[in-house]
Amino acid sequence: MSAVTHPKQPAALPVGLLAAVQCIFVRDLRLALRRRADSLSAMLFFVMVVSLFPLGVGPEPGLLRSMAPGVVWVAALLSSMLSLSRLFADDHQDGTLEQLLLGAHPLAFLVLGKIAAHWIGSGLMLTLIAPLLALQFDLAADACGVLVLSLLLGTPVLSLIGAIGAALTVGLRGGSVLLSLLVLPLAVPVLVFGAGAVQAYQAGLGFSAHFSLLGAGLLVSLVAAPWVVRPGSGLLWSRYPQMADFDRKFVMRHPVCNSVR
Amino acid sequence: MQLGAVNWFYFAAPQRFYRLAGQLLPWCFVLASLLAVWGLYIGLWLAPTDAQQGEAYRIIFVHVPVAWMSMVVYLAMAGWAGVGLVFNSRLASMMACALAPTGALMTFLALWTGALWGKPTWGTWWVWDARLTSELVLLFLYIGFMSLHAAIDDPRRADRAAGLLALVGVVNVPIIYFSVKWWNTLHQGASVSLTKSPSMASTMLLGMLVMALACWAYCIAAALLRVRSIMEREAHTAWVQDLARSA
Repeated sequence: MSAVTHPKQPAALPVGLLAAVQCIFVRDLRLALRRRADSLSAMLFFVMVVSLFPLGVGPEPGLLRSMAPGVVWVAALLSSMLSLSRLFADDHQDGTLEQLLLGAHPLAFLVLGKIAAHWIGSGLMLTLIAPLLALQFDLAADACGVLVLSLLLGTPVLSLIGAIGAALTVGLRGGSVLLSLLVLPLAVPVLVFGAGAVQAYQAGLGFSAHFSLLGAGLLVSLVAAPWVVRPGSGLLWSRYPQMADFDRKFVMRHPVCNSVR
Repeated sequence: MQLGAVNWFYFAAPQRFYRLAGQLLPWCFVLASLLAVWGLYIGLWLAPTDAQQGEAYRIIFVHVPVAWMSMVVYLAMAGWAGVGLVFNSRLASMMACALAPTGALMTFLALWTGALWGKPTWGTWWVWDARLTSELVLLFLYIGFMSLHAAIDDPRRADRAAGLLALVGVVNVPIIYFSVKWWNTLHQGASVSLTKSPSMASTMLLGMLVMALACWAYCIAAALLRVRSIMEREAHTAWVQDLARSA
């Protein structure tokens, strides 16, 4: 940590990849801890959305019990959208993202550290509070356990997919609304299998198939999402005139354009 | 960039493709209308009445071709977006952008005609089964692509961002295609397959294939028409200014 912030000899002290990822992770976590209001308001939103459903559809326990997994999952999906737009926005504004982009380490790995910190601030918190809300919906204790497990597997996927949307919409006007429009369709499978696992358990069927699919989704997005985020943040080039100029020169020298000239 | 004797990038230059698209356009439109007239004639007059569904099944001659096209156009769009990202070529990204509204139209028509077909046969406009839902998600993906492109002012940056989104969304296409196999749905399974003989009368099959070709021709024509107007966004280039002067 100290080697990064106060290097004695910057050139002689290369920071390892893992150390760099850990540094980003710890930094983002610390920032989240210092601005607790951000993740707390997302959690409050989660609690409120879930509490609106019994008021909207009526307090009939049987109905609520069957609705609970879906309602908790939809609310978790929506409230994880809230904090996503801030994933890269601050770093974009103060130039940190450019520094990461210009740094020696592949951005895909550094982004993984950011996503992990984001997940702890949003997805993990939602998962911890979810059993309390499920109890309000009269969900049995063992079904609550399945719900927590499904959230534990599914919310990291939401953070990973969301990071793609956040990188694509960083610095755009109306970015946060657009972000939800882009990410929600992609998150549909997570919702289906996450809520489906609990419903299958309630119906007396096994939930292992749903969990396998969620786990597969987690692995695929863990491998693929950071690499999509990487070129996504290459869009920042438009902020640097000289880099945009380089981009243009590169394009001009490209074989596709040479065939024209 | 010579690969053998063929210059694969000859038409990658917008000014050349603009002319080519202009020459192809009328042919595609004529082909689309002729095929549509022929296909509808087969479908509405020649094809026999279905034993189970009566006359209501005839919407299949529109529904199945547009549903195919909704997926094919998405794949084409994502393919062009990928080419645009890899080769950094403007024309490929423009093609992706030109295909999106046509694909969204096809998806909407597939959902719409599906609803019209569902009412008499299933007794409901809409069910939340896997194929309908994934087709709806496809519509959302098209809309997301178009709104992301519209939200970014710099066209090159918009091309790259929307292109990435299109590539990520490709995972949905196999889900739609195989949804009737993977899940136990109300939507019937595929009637046409490459590996086994079709489960329908040959007149019906012919009508459907002709309509599918008509949809192909229409989508190509619409995309070419749109890509020509997108190309004119390069108003700063010499060739567009020449074009404007000669017009």
